[in-house]
Amino acid sequence: MVETDGIPAAREDGGAAVPASLEVEGLAFAYPDGHQALFGVDLRIGRGERVALLGPNGAGKTTLVMHLNGILSADTGTGRGTVRVAGLEVAKRNLQEIRRRVGIVFQDPDDQLFMPTVREDVAFGPANLGLRGAELDARVGEALEQVGMTAFADRPPHHLSFGQRRRVAVATVLAMRPEILVLDEPSSNLDPASRRELAEILARLDVTVLMVTHDLPYALELCPRALILSGGVIAADGPTRELLADRELREAHRLELPYGYALPDCERCAPQAFVARQSG
Amino acid sequence: MGAGHAHDLYRPGDTPLHRLPPQCKLVAVVLFVFAVVATPRERFWAFGVYALLLAAVAVVGRVPAGYVLRRVVVEVPFVVFAVALPFLAGGEKTEFLGLTVSHNGLLGAWNILAKGTLGVVASILLAATTQLRDLLLGMERLRMPQLLVQIMQFMLRYSGVITGEMGRMKVARESRGFQARDVRQLPVVAKSAGALFIRSYERGERVHLAMLSRGYTGTMPVIVDVRASAAQWGAAAALPAAAALACAAAWLVHA
Repeated sequence: MVETDGIPAAREDGGAAVPASLEVEGLAFAYPDGHQALFGVDLRIGRGERVALLGPNGAGKTTLVMHLNGILSADTGTGRGTVRVAGLEVAKRNLQEIRRRVGIVFQDPDDQLFMPTVREDVAFGPANLGLRGAELDARVGEALEQVGMTAFADRPPHHLSFGQRRRVAVATVLAMRPEILVLDEPSSNLDPASRRELAEILARLDVTVLMVTHDLPYALELCPRALILSGGVIAADGPTRELLADRELREAHRLELPYGYALPDCERCAPQAFVARQSG
Repeated sequence: MGAGHAHDLYRPGDTPLHRLPPQCKLVAVVLFVFAVVATPRERFWAFGVYALLLAAVAVVGRVPAGYVLRRVVVEVPFVVFAVALPFLAGGEKTEFLGLTVSHNGLLGAWNILAKGTLGVVASILLAATTQLRDLLLGMERLRMPQLLVQIMQFMLRYSGVITGEMGRMKVARESRGFQARDVRQLPVVAKSAGALFIRSYERGERVHLAMLSRGYTGTMPVIVDVRASAAQWGAAAALPAAAALACAAAWLVHA
């Protein structure tokens, strides 16, 4: 699937067979109204990594996410730089395949779940990829199973609780078997129980994850590595716990831990911390 | 929000009528209405036959009479005019319930009432045994333009979301002491409506983005395929066929 584009896999890895799930180089972007949101973003996420993207409001997080599947690009504003997903460059000619590889879970599940039933919504993506019949059903069943929503397949989305809707939203992109799952504020508006349930589901998934969030404890729980996007550039990149322990860094980028929260010991957070990073 | 009840008119069940593919039922209802409308108004017995046919359909679908009658009320605003007809129309006069009324007007009123009610009851039976969702699938099957089906589908999905938003805006207004007493408060309500429109428009844009992100290219993929067998078409044809016979008889038999 990588070779199809003629881009040699893993150029910089010195022989590693798998290309990075996501490579962003020198990405800059200004909206048509002149507002410059990104000033040259460089980042690299290896396959299987779980990375948190932290940053204050207005840092350009959403703009960056919209570049990952080509919703925004140099065509929709002024920009330069490249984004590659598993070696395939995000460009107009590749959009269909890019959108299969990059699964974005938007913040408001009501925006994401637009079909009359859960089953049809989960089927929407794979059906656009050309799947039909038993194959499509199997894909839908598998995705719903992964988020524990199998029993709700025939319900209309608006009859589900908010937490359930968010889980279905995750299933809708899992059904496309993405290379990388991008979650925009996955814990927002969830009650503590739904928040924990979603964390358990996300931790079980065998897929590269980029999680955009303000919820620092959630980032620490799920992601061994974090990036701080601030002022349109990557201001920090490192183990989540180290970044969060750095008070000056937090204050410089308006990142705040909840009141009364103390960082837990490192062994307790982020399993396999930093192992994944060695490839990156 | 009670899970499962999709809309007010639908009555969950598992009868042969519920199981019939939606496109068959749609076609049957439309043809039935054509037969009813084409029947000469003086053939009272024919309308009796139609009513019996619908009663039989209701029995098959296990839709109770009271359920249908309560919903027939929607036609009232449309038939008020019919009640006035006997008094307003000119021509030959006749005695009816001790009143002297226009003969033509009386027949005209009967015509509107009988045909209207039969059409409404047929639609209620359709709605009571078919999910809105399936009706849309049926329309799609019947080659209704996809764009229209998509618009209705989104309406179905988002009407609740938008009504919810409207409700929250109302609560927010009233929590800050607003009361809509008379026309002077109208500008505030109008502004809320404008804000609601913009919010819905922006949501539309976000939904479109979400669709693009999952590979939408302008046409909805066919996910649920509702096929009808010849036997199902045959079963659905029973109602319009019987009605067509009655209609033909009404034209041929000179009472």
